[in-house]
Amino acid sequence: MDSNTANTIGLLRSIIAEAYAESPHLLHVLYALQRQFLHISDEAVREVAAHLDLPLSQVDAVVEFYSFFHKIPRGRYDILFSNCTSCGYMAGGVDLMAMLGRRLDIVAGNTRGDGLVSMDQTSCIGMCDHGAALLVNGMPIVSLDAAMIDRIAALVEAETPLEDWPAEWFQVDDNIRVSGMLLKDDLSTGIGLSTMLALDAAGTLSEIIQSGLRGRGGAGFSTGMKWQFCREAQGAARYVVCNADEGEPGTFKDRVLLHSHADSLFEGMAVCAFAVGAKQGYLYLRGEYRYLLPHLQSVLARRRGLGLLGVDILDQPGFNFDIDIVVGAGAYICGEESALIESLEGKRGIPRTRPPFPVTHGYLGQPTVVNNVETFIAATHIVLRGSAWFRAVGTEKSAGSKILSISGDCAAPGIYEYPFGVTIRQVLDDCGAKDAQAVQIGGPSGTLIGSAEFDRRLGFDDLSTGGSLMVFSQARDMLAVIVNFAHFFAHESCGFCTPCRVGTVLLKNGLDKIAGGHGTRYDLDEMQRLATLVKSRSHCGLGQTAANPILDGLQRFPQAFEQRLVHRDFEPHFDLDAALEEARQISHRDDAAAHIE
Amino acid sequence: MSADIKQSPITKNTITIDGQEIPFLAGQTIMDAALAAGVYIPHLCHRQGFTPHGSCKLCVVDIASRSASACTMPAVAGQQISNNTPALNEARKTITQMLFIEGNHICPSCEKCGDCTLQAMAYHLGMLDGHFPQFFQRREVDASHPTVMLDRDRCILCELCVRASREVDGKNVFAIAGRGINAHLVVNSASGKLVDSDLETSDMAAHICPVGAILIKEHGYEVPIGQRTFDLHQVSEIGLEKTILTKVRQPDE
Repeated sequence: MDSNTANTIGLLRSIIAEAYAESPHLLHVLYALQRQFLHISDEAVREVAAHLDLPLSQVDAVVEFYSFFHKIPRGRYDILFSNCTSCGYMAGGVDLMAMLGRRLDIVAGNTRGDGLVSMDQTSCIGMCDHGAALLVNGMPIVSLDAAMIDRIAALVEAETPLEDWPAEWFQVDDNIRVSGMLLKDDLSTGIGLSTMLALDAAGTLSEIIQSGLRGRGGAGFSTGMKWQFCREAQGAARYVVCNADEGEPGTFKDRVLLHSHADSLFEGMAVCAFAVGAKQGYLYLRGEYRYLLPHLQSVLARRRGLGLLGVDILDQPGFNFDIDIVVGAGAYICGEESALIESLEGKRGIPRTRPPFPVTHGYLGQPTVVNNVETFIAATHIVLRGSAWFRAVGTEKSAGSKILSISGDCAAPGIYEYPFGVTIRQVLDDCGAKDAQAVQIGGPSGTLIGSAEFDRRLGFDDLSTGGSLMVFSQARDMLAVIVNFAHFFAHESCGFCTPCRVGTVLLKNGLDKIAGGHGTRYDLDEMQRLATLVKSRSHCGLGQTAANPILDGLQRFPQAFEQRLVHRDFEPHFDLDAALEEARQISHRDDAAAHIE
Repeated sequence: MSADIKQSPITKNTITIDGQEIPFLAGQTIMDAALAAGVYIPHLCHRQGFTPHGSCKLCVVDIASRSASACTMPAVAGQQISNNTPALNEARKTITQMLFIEGNHICPSCEKCGDCTLQAMAYHLGMLDGHFPQFFQRREVDASHPTVMLDRDRCILCELCVRASREVDGKNVFAIAGRGINAHLVVNSASGKLVDSDLETSDMAAHICPVGAILIKEHGYEVPIGQRTFDLHQVSEIGLEKTILTKVRQPDE
């Protein structure tokens, strides 16, 4: 071993040991390495496997699974543009990523030869109320425009440290436009917990059940029943997990809740822990929100200081509970609760086979409650004010309120809290969406509706949503929107089951063909057939919803597809002009003679 | 196993598959119960005795009108299951086509031709072509091991080798890495090569591959075309897996 290699390995080992001492989670150790070395080398994988006593293949598999880990070095400035329809690089109608690429002489997906900068696109980063946005070394820059792109290029070329970039670029606002029962009051710290102790565990559970609270992630399972199943399940330990991996494009309400209502959230997790008998909780934070980590850690530290976390909470003997934060690394699938648990366990985020469900076999095989950020916050309010207070708002089947992240073509994108049962029309009026032709409820995995359906209502029995609401005006090309969503799902499919792994790619390719003006009636029929198969035969919620935008689009906006069709019976997938793209890139040509029409 | 079920007086539990009433024991999946009763449900990633996986989705059935994987879904008394229907077999055919076009299959020149469960499944389901455009993915071949070769072009990600290595051989030679369409088989060794793993020719993992992704070297074409497993058997014959495994592990027999 020469001295250079020895030095590298010594450095690797010290970084790994330091990261591991701070937090033993594989994702955290890998993050430390990625940050230090801008990639995770084969040596690093070997050292991590040795230090954490894991199979090499597991470490390797995890590195390759998550979008924010790389085996090839990224630039010292690693720039990731969101590609969402609301906060993506095309959000302002101009391709900002291509623009930065020209300024920095770099192609998306690559690292520049001098190692200074790398640039790529990434799935929605949850900045949809701020227009086009990007992450630079994990820090969000919002409200991008062409002038900023020029300045960013100059700052990168000058190697200006991020601390010296304009601070206002990093300013992420809450943009709360309509406050309802949850957002109106900022509860004083600990008040929910003291009320709960007076109720005792059984009384707390009964309040939550009677409140009719259902999971705010969108699936709508009764929160009280989930807690009760967990409490009754056999296990050596129980866990409370908060799913703060809101990756659904167009969703950003958890960002705001984590930023401004973290106390209520942690209080709700402690309430749950008391009700089910858990000692340990985890907040699984999406990697895109890593910038919120210092804030969240400081809230946790303050709560420990106040005796609201830790041993004998509020002097109640035996009420011991604490919360660790685990940060993801760019994988939408980890918002699926069993994939999230796999990720917590340091594995690839592959959804488990269910049954058994996490309430009986969750984290480390033990009974586990997984709830959404908003669900825990609602639970805190319910404990404090009672189930009747909660039930008084909303509808029979959908009690309480829903916090919406509204983005897209409207005057005032932001956070809106409504009682369940509100009509889409009301929501559109409030956010200043004057000429909406379509609304995507619940994000790409939800429901796409047209103006004929704007009198439908938000709720578990009509339009269910995890909180994303994207508005598309008459000026929007709906096919382009649906193509964007198809690319998203193909990128985020975990690859476990055949229908989703292959089907999402076939759907993406088929839509690209249609959008490119090469589709026929046959291709439309194929899309319908494939989409139905992917929806009905996939393993988990991702595959089962991935085709929704296509199926909804074919039903409600058939003209968006049909106007692009060529009027032939069949057109081959092979596109001569597209096949020349690689040659054009190599020869740096894009003139007319370099194309075949 | 079917004898056990018939004789068990405490088990009155039955499910119904395509109108046929089938008994099951507590803890059995729909697949377990079906195979024990001699009812074939198409499958690729399932193998009796291994932890059910549920990834290939060939065993999709409809319970009432809900889709489920027979290999992972517990049998529950009274389930009304559709299995051998035109609609389900059409879905299975499409899924089989997906497996063909995402990989790079070379049936006519593949050593596994005639012994390959994927190929047999295609015949069983009446698949005449790949239907979809080929993906032509670049996948790595690993010929480093002295006696076993790994051609990822033909891998269908069923994880039978992963499970065989862990559950039967007591090793951990294989795993899946990557995400989505980039998911691929990796080898648990410092170099990522088979030669540096502890795989041995006698391991179950070296023989379990239902396709031609893991092959034993220097044993090509010992059984002539025409006398291979699926020249003599239907893929739908129950218990065929044991026949296949015996044959590949002792080709001279």
